Amino acid sequence: MRLSRRRLIGSLAAAPLLTACDRLTYSEGFREGLRAAEGLTMRAQRLVMDRGALAREFGAADISPVFRSNGTRRPGSQSYADHAARGFADWRLAVGGLVARPLSLSMAQIRGLPARTQITRHDCVEGWSAIGRWTGVPLRLLLEGAGVSTRARYIVFHCADDYGPVRYYESIDMVDALHPQTILAWALNGALLPIENGAPLRLRVERQLGYKHAKYVERIEAVAGLAAIGGGRGGYWEDSNDYEWYAGI
Amino acid sequence: MMRDAAAGMAGEWRLRHRWPTRIWHWANAVIVIVMLMSGLMIFNAHPRLYWGQYGANADHAWLEIGSTPTQGILRIGDVMVPTTGVLGRWTDGDGMVQTRAFPGWATIPTRYSLSAARRWHLAFAWAFAIGGAAYAAWCMARGHLSRDLLPRRGELAPGHLWAEITAHARLRLAKGEAAARYNILQKLSYLAVLFGLLPAMLLSGLAMSPAMDAAWPWLVDLFAGRQSARSVHFICAMLILAFVLVHLAMVAAAGPVRELRAMIGGWYRLPEERA
Repeated sequence: MRLSRRRLIGSLAAAPLLTACDRLTYSEGFREGLRAAEGLTMRAQRLVMDRGALAREFGAADISPVFRSNGTRRPGSQSYADHAARGFADWRLAVGGLVARPLSLSMAQIRGLPARTQITRHDCVEGWSAIGRWTGVPLRLLLEGAGVSTRARYIVFHCADDYGPVRYYESIDMVDALHPQTILAWALNGALLPIENGAPLRLRVERQLGYKHAKYVERIEAVAGLAAIGGGRGGYWEDSNDYEWYAGI
Repeated sequence: MMRDAAAGMAGEWRLRHRWPTRIWHWANAVIVIVMLMSGLMIFNAHPRLYWGQYGANADHAWLEIGSTPTQGILRIGDVMVPTTGVLGRWTDGDGMVQTRAFPGWATIPTRYSLSAARRWHLAFAWAFAIGGAAYAAWCMARGHLSRDLLPRRGELAPGHLWAEITAHARLRLAKGEAAARYNILQKLSYLAVLFGLLPAMLLSGLAMSPAMDAAWPWLVDLFAGRQSARSVHFICAMLILAFVLVHLAMVAAAGPVRELRAMIGGWYRLPEERA
């Protein structure tokens, strides 16, 4: 094959840096090297951050006029539509996996549990932020109620929204699962959670980025490892697009 | 030996940059390019900037790069600048029109990927932080700062400053013995980068981290909000880009071979005095 002069000059002059970077980006070995930074970041942040350090809580005056929604705005399944039409009266949250007493709770039961309300800032991985008032049940209460095993190292959230053939899933470790601000929220800004923000239940894990805050949660599973969950990296975006599992930055 | 020639003679060789400076310089040359280009890709995920604690699509952005069906547009405040071909609306390598903010030639990776850009950015941020800390420790131990960078008596006098500015504007750069040391404009710009822009980048970057904000709440207060920190991060990145461009231009004007040789091997040959 003959290389045209123009192509030759182009590949010699303008492109080499970008080509090299692109090649590295899609080389699995280099990618693995970049991924090492994620572990370093997590260890460093956990080192300087008190286990129970709270994300900032704001005042009512600081709330965003519009709380932007992102990702799924309305799950497409018929069963979700039916639940939504009935006001999620029959929605149940299952708590299972490595627990002594698996639970199945209705929304009425969940709303009857002790709740925590917090005005916090939601930071999307894309860069935007929105402040909202969340009310929900501390995840810790549910896990303790179910008698979570000491062998459990991660909590996986199975969701009702579809991404092609798979449903959304996310996971956090026990440090975040037992954190006082980690709640399963059922209200936003004083009203029941809107569908675009994850009705009837969404996770708030305030010290991480938005994609960790699973919406439309229908099942919680305590597990010892993430290898058997989805592609093994702990979440939908982690498996499908190589986003970080630890999203503290 | 050539290096033992009489003091201050043109053509004399001086040890200009010690090895930690040289290593840090070239490591940062790579790091800054990667951080800048991967940062532009991260910006592309949400090409709007805000002031304050929060900011999303419904809120007022002070800067936005967007597009109409025919044009790319940069908006700063109320000023709209058409940027078709460069920002907001451009043609990629396959001849396809794209409407992302920064074009493929300016980003890492070329094709849109927020996750890949974050991997690059957050890994090289560690290299930047560790390298910077090591270099700062060496500078303190060896007195590099007070010996070579802090202005000396008289250098900040308006008359001297003005003379340097007019000399630079005419590209009449120092020769002979005077070229052996940094001039006051160099000193001030290096100090502004070392103690202004680079720490601001690090702190505003960390202030965008929700975990760091929980660990160190003062971090986000320093910038009066996470979205302000994001704006500061972007502005400082543009200022660093401006510094790099001026730096390259000055290297070209001062004698690129001489300057490059000094930054690679350390030795600098004093330029000839003007006749």
